[in-house]
Amino acid sequence: MIGLQHYLTISAMLFVLSIAGIIVNRRNLILLLMCIELMLLAVNFNFIAFSRYLGDDTGQVFVFFILTVAAAEAAIGLAILVVLFRNRRSIAVQELNTLKG
Amino acid sequence: MNLMDFLAAAPEMTLLGLICVVMIADLFIEDERRVHTFWLSMISLAITAAVLQATSPDTRVVIFDGSYVSDSLSQVLKLGAVLFVALAFLYARDYLRANDLNKGEFYLLGLFGLLGMMIMMSANSLLTMYLGLETLSLSLYALVAFDRNNVTSAESAMKFFVLGAIASGALLYGISWIYGVTGSIQFHEIYAAISADPSLNNLPLWFGLAFLIVGIAFKFGGVPFHMWLPDVYQGARTPVTLYLASAPKLAALALTLRILVDGLGGLHETWGTMIMVVAVLSLLVGNLVAIAQTNIKRMLGYSTIGHVGFILLAIFCGTAEGNAAALFYTLTYVVAAAGAFGVIVLMSRSGYDVELLTDFNGLNARSPWFALMMMFLMFSMAGVPPFIGFFAKLNVISAVLAAGFPGLAVLMVLVTVIGAFYYLKVIWFMYFEEAEDKAVLQASTDTRLVLSLNSVAVLALGIVPGWLLALCIDVLS
Repeated sequence: MIGLQHYLTISAMLFVLSIAGIIVNRRNLILLLMCIELMLLAVNFNFIAFSRYLGDDTGQVFVFFILTVAAAEAAIGLAILVVLFRNRRSIAVQELNTLKG
Repeated sequence: MNLMDFLAAAPEMTLLGLICVVMIADLFIEDERRVHTFWLSMISLAITAAVLQATSPDTRVVIFDGSYVSDSLSQVLKLGAVLFVALAFLYARDYLRANDLNKGEFYLLGLFGLLGMMIMMSANSLLTMYLGLETLSLSLYALVAFDRNNVTSAESAMKFFVLGAIASGALLYGISWIYGVTGSIQFHEIYAAISADPSLNNLPLWFGLAFLIVGIAFKFGGVPFHMWLPDVYQGARTPVTLYLASAPKLAALALTLRILVDGLGGLHETWGTMIMVVAVLSLLVGNLVAIAQTNIKRMLGYSTIGHVGFILLAIFCGTAEGNAAALFYTLTYVVAAAGAFGVIVLMSRSGYDVELLTDFNGLNARSPWFALMMMFLMFSMAGVPPFIGFFAKLNVISAVLAAGFPGLAVLMVLVTVIGAFYYLKVIWFMYFEEAEDKAVLQASTDTRLVLSLNSVAVLALGIVPGWLLALCIDVLS
């Protein structure tokens, strides 16, 4: 029988995976944006699991809002990426180093 | 749901409607007459403030099925936010014109950010809080990247975006656990659920709480989640830094007070420790690293981190006195920060940005009046009596002492002394160093007047701090 804890474990794994992806990845900002999306999806997973477990719809409504905001966030992230690429001709993470101290 | 519900949320609705009007009007305004957008935005802010005053609630009003609250705390914070956004717009106007950045987007994104802040200040559920926070954050990301041909702006915007998105993710993950454990996302229901069943106060809830604190610390700029703050302060164009350093701090305070006190007040023992660790680290790192900075914007960024330490320590007390001290500290700090960045914006001219501390060399010879104003602001931030910053620090220290933590009070006094060093350094540069550039400061009359009022306010409020403190205590009792 698949219970709540299984869903929560999967969600926690996805969340950790997305954090690890953000920390480990040094080459490509697009991968970073994908990791951020993965992180929000992990949260959605958690909400759905809890919503089903509690028999309460609020969690599912919350998920719809998160999906909408995630879309807006991705749009802004990609727009900033385009600005960055036009200025630097590169989207490598390790080259984001002019600001230090 | 009835008509009264909408009345309590009228300020936000008015603002949203006005933003749409400004946005459409801006399409038909040519670049050389962009100042019209500025005036339209200022009129929108004035109308919003008037509606806020007109709909001022006598008691706490909870509307939209418990998602939204209008009380005296939200009222004070919203009026403050409107005022500081207006100040940021005014200080920015001439700079944007001189630097060929005179685009309507600056004002529009600023207004959308204000809408997000007002929603956060009135949030009574985690969903409303999240939506307000994202409205604010998305506007801020775009504002930082607003100068499209500037490499450092783009880089700092990317860092801000990535770290901000991680913070939102952590916050949401925490929210999902809090929802799972308590079965609700509304603050009063969460509070009731925790006090009704003490067994809920257990590992799963603490797990969610830890992520929530990470998100809050990120948004506030507390150590060890402060990495974005100095980079963004330095990389963004100065008017954007000015915007970023002022009103959003009030929204961050609302975020912290609403979630931790309204929602999770019953868990004070648990979150208190986490907040205290963040606060102490912020005090130390912020003040120590600021000494080593040569860039004024970066230095003020680290000094902000130090001030966040004070605000968080006040909240850590968990008493009404501590919360009032936090509100008082935030309000007065934001007055000084808006003024200090206002002076930096004023000193910048076409194609020349004030970036380094040495750019303040000999300001006294160039403009004695604004050197004096900057001195007031620096004294206030350093906490020299009789400026308002002194009373703000005194309140936090006495709240911490009243809560029974003399060690923390000693630490705060020590870091204040360390902090005084780098604020006084700015004053040293202004009065005792020779200027390379002898040009007199140019500014329009209204900017000079408002900036002077802003700076004199830190002295005037310091001489009569009683009413503001009474207001803060009244709002949070």
